[in-house]
Amino acid sequence: MTEQTSQDNQITGAEMVVQALVDQGVEHIFGYPGGAALPIYDAIFQQDTVQHILVRHEQGATHMAEGYARSTGKAGVVLVTSGPGATNAVTGLTDALMDSIPLVCITAQVPTTLIGTDGFQECDTVGITRSCTKHNYLVKNVADLPRIMHEAFLIATTGRPGPVVVDIPKDVQFALGDYTKPDLDNLRHASYRPRMDGDHAAIEAAVDLMLRAERPVFYTGGGVINAGPEASEHLRELAELTGFPVTSTLMGLGAFPASNPQWLGMLGMHGTYEANLAMHDCDLMINIGARFDDRITGRIDAFSPNSRKVHVDIDPSSINKVVRVDVPIIGDCGRVLEEMIRIYRSKTNQPRSEAIAPWWKQIEKWRGVNSLGFKNSETVIKPQHAIARLYEATRDRDVYITTEVGQHQMWAAQHFHFEKPNRWMTSGGLGTMGYGLPASVGVQVAHPDALVIDIAGEASVQMTMQEMSTAVQYGLPVKIFILNNERMGMVRQWQDLLHGSRYAHSYSQSLPDFVKLAEAYGGKGIRCSDPAKLDAAIAEMIDYDGPVLFDCLVEKDENCLPMIPSGKPHNEMILPDTANIGSIIDEKGRALV
Amino acid sequence: MNANLMPTGSAYFLTKETQETEKHTLSVLVDNEPGILARVVGLFSARGYNIDSLTVSETEHDKRLSRITVVVVATPKTLVQIKLQLERLVPVHRVHDLTAEGTALERELALIKVAGTGENRAETLRLADAFRAQIVDATVESFVFEVTGKPSKIDSFIALMAPLGLVEVVRTGLAAISRGQEGM
Repeated sequence: MTEQTSQDNQITGAEMVVQALVDQGVEHIFGYPGGAALPIYDAIFQQDTVQHILVRHEQGATHMAEGYARSTGKAGVVLVTSGPGATNAVTGLTDALMDSIPLVCITAQVPTTLIGTDGFQECDTVGITRSCTKHNYLVKNVADLPRIMHEAFLIATTGRPGPVVVDIPKDVQFALGDYTKPDLDNLRHASYRPRMDGDHAAIEAAVDLMLRAERPVFYTGGGVINAGPEASEHLRELAELTGFPVTSTLMGLGAFPASNPQWLGMLGMHGTYEANLAMHDCDLMINIGARFDDRITGRIDAFSPNSRKVHVDIDPSSINKVVRVDVPIIGDCGRVLEEMIRIYRSKTNQPRSEAIAPWWKQIEKWRGVNSLGFKNSETVIKPQHAIARLYEATRDRDVYITTEVGQHQMWAAQHFHFEKPNRWMTSGGLGTMGYGLPASVGVQVAHPDALVIDIAGEASVQMTMQEMSTAVQYGLPVKIFILNNERMGMVRQWQDLLHGSRYAHSYSQSLPDFVKLAEAYGGKGIRCSDPAKLDAAIAEMIDYDGPVLFDCLVEKDENCLPMIPSGKPHNEMILPDTANIGSIIDEKGRALV
Repeated sequence: MNANLMPTGSAYFLTKETQETEKHTLSVLVDNEPGILARVVGLFSARGYNIDSLTVSETEHDKRLSRITVVVVATPKTLVQIKLQLERLVPVHRVHDLTAEGTALERELALIKVAGTGENRAETLRLADAFRAQIVDATVESFVFEVTGKPSKIDSFIALMAPLGLVEVVRTGLAAISRGQEGM
């Protein structure tokens, strides 16, 4: 299976790590050195194939790797030292697990002889990361290292992708051993074998339902993006073939073009009225690569009560976990979509336009509500308006958007529109404030010539602000577009909804001067508070060849609407013209999150 | 000060569990590697599943395979999730729900220490004989019995020993295997 090299060709464990990265096609890694990681750093120093990006905090490294992975479809690679290096990476690993992002995180460990002695910078890395990784390894013998490195990439990138940790003690990094290349023809793992092709009979049953449906809807998710660009192509083809409306989760934005008339917008807690009502009233729901997250379903017992449900997912444990479905299909979204198209075509080439015409008429009525509408202002910048203008200013360019977490994230999802997959990087499952800035750095590393913008909030961005320094060091011209309302806006909104507008710690009493801060880091700062000057300021940001912090001072108490309040079903949304949101949720709903 | 504050919690959209719970025995074939038991146990605690009993030992040394027998109490819906979540673990080869697949053979071993003299001691010996318990240690004032059988049989024996000078009990947990010629 693998060729043995002679004794003379033995290399150190540290060299094996770098060689494995090269053989896995890795071009960039994100990391931070430390005592236990020094042999690997020495091996990196002595080669030019793998470029190392020095971060300012290990959490930043993990989010950069996530941005890199989401925008390329390749695994993102992280290298950190033992102890605090590893514990600082935990947030990003958990984020990647929740959002199914392929990461390989190499953590250094104290020498095997010191493990268990509470050594300096020792922590139980495999113990700590067991529940926040898809799989993890502690390499105790250098002979196992090449196999484990290659296995880590296999597990991270196949099936439902996720983060894999390889913990390597310092003495194993120094030890000599034989390196083996990845055996690409024989990638079968003894116990890990994700199912790629969906069951034929199940796909046939799904197509049968599609041919009989009168109120169908495609509900697509991050699984379509993870299945590669072909899967997005297949989704477009199947949508065109059937004529069915398409909505998507936060994670799935871009898989279906927002400019297509069949696009309903995002669904869920802050989704559009038409998307949520279509989910509620449909007679056939075709879930492709989404997982019935609680932000999507709202109240489970009132979720889409009269529909048959098809669920395509590569992870068998996603099926019937939250919502019971009628036709489960376990497989890769791209392959299943392709098979659906083939079977559909074998029966008819006609879209079901006539049969679903009344359904579209109903959807048009819902669209007429204009649930994303907002009252613009001439004196103060509305956050929705800022994103709409940013979208207009960049729509002719190859633009990549990352976000932090909160109101700005939802406004970005609502008012920035995506035509292609892999252009939208956001923390969906874990909801990690501080994700966007480092993620934008990772995206820019992968796409040096593209326009990369982090749509941020002034609270989130301060959680990983130090990575501005990384952007400056590597000349990465990321644009940090901060919607600054001097509040943790989503927390403030929920306090209005649920807690009698008692604003417990949801505002910032002292904020840095973001313009001066940008300059202190060696970047450019721009501030804008006048709606009339917004377009010019955005143009200035885009034209500047370097990292920019854009401090966009917006309306302070704008609510993010529409919204399905907790404890309510899809057909009881709060629409933009609602004046007093504090009276909507009943006592029972207050206990929910 | 916060008198009008509404009670809050952190429940997600939990629907009331309407299904009855059942006791099932799962057999899990895994790679015998460091940390595998922590992975399985961690999965149960992280997702809030209940373990009644857990037995693990290497069963095929050449292939470095271990068999974990785990008894869980859960609703039918959760039982399916437990099986699928276990199968997601990379070193897990197969998971069989022995209870769902038919009447499996289930055995447990217990070591039971009983101290006593006089009539109690005689009665202890008579009952041990009836339960086919082996005496594995004896002093003039105590016995250690080894009992093998279904958990219910061991429960009964322990219950009978309680008034006769029961000192302590140690049980292995359940080992289970399917009937017939088919392997896992």
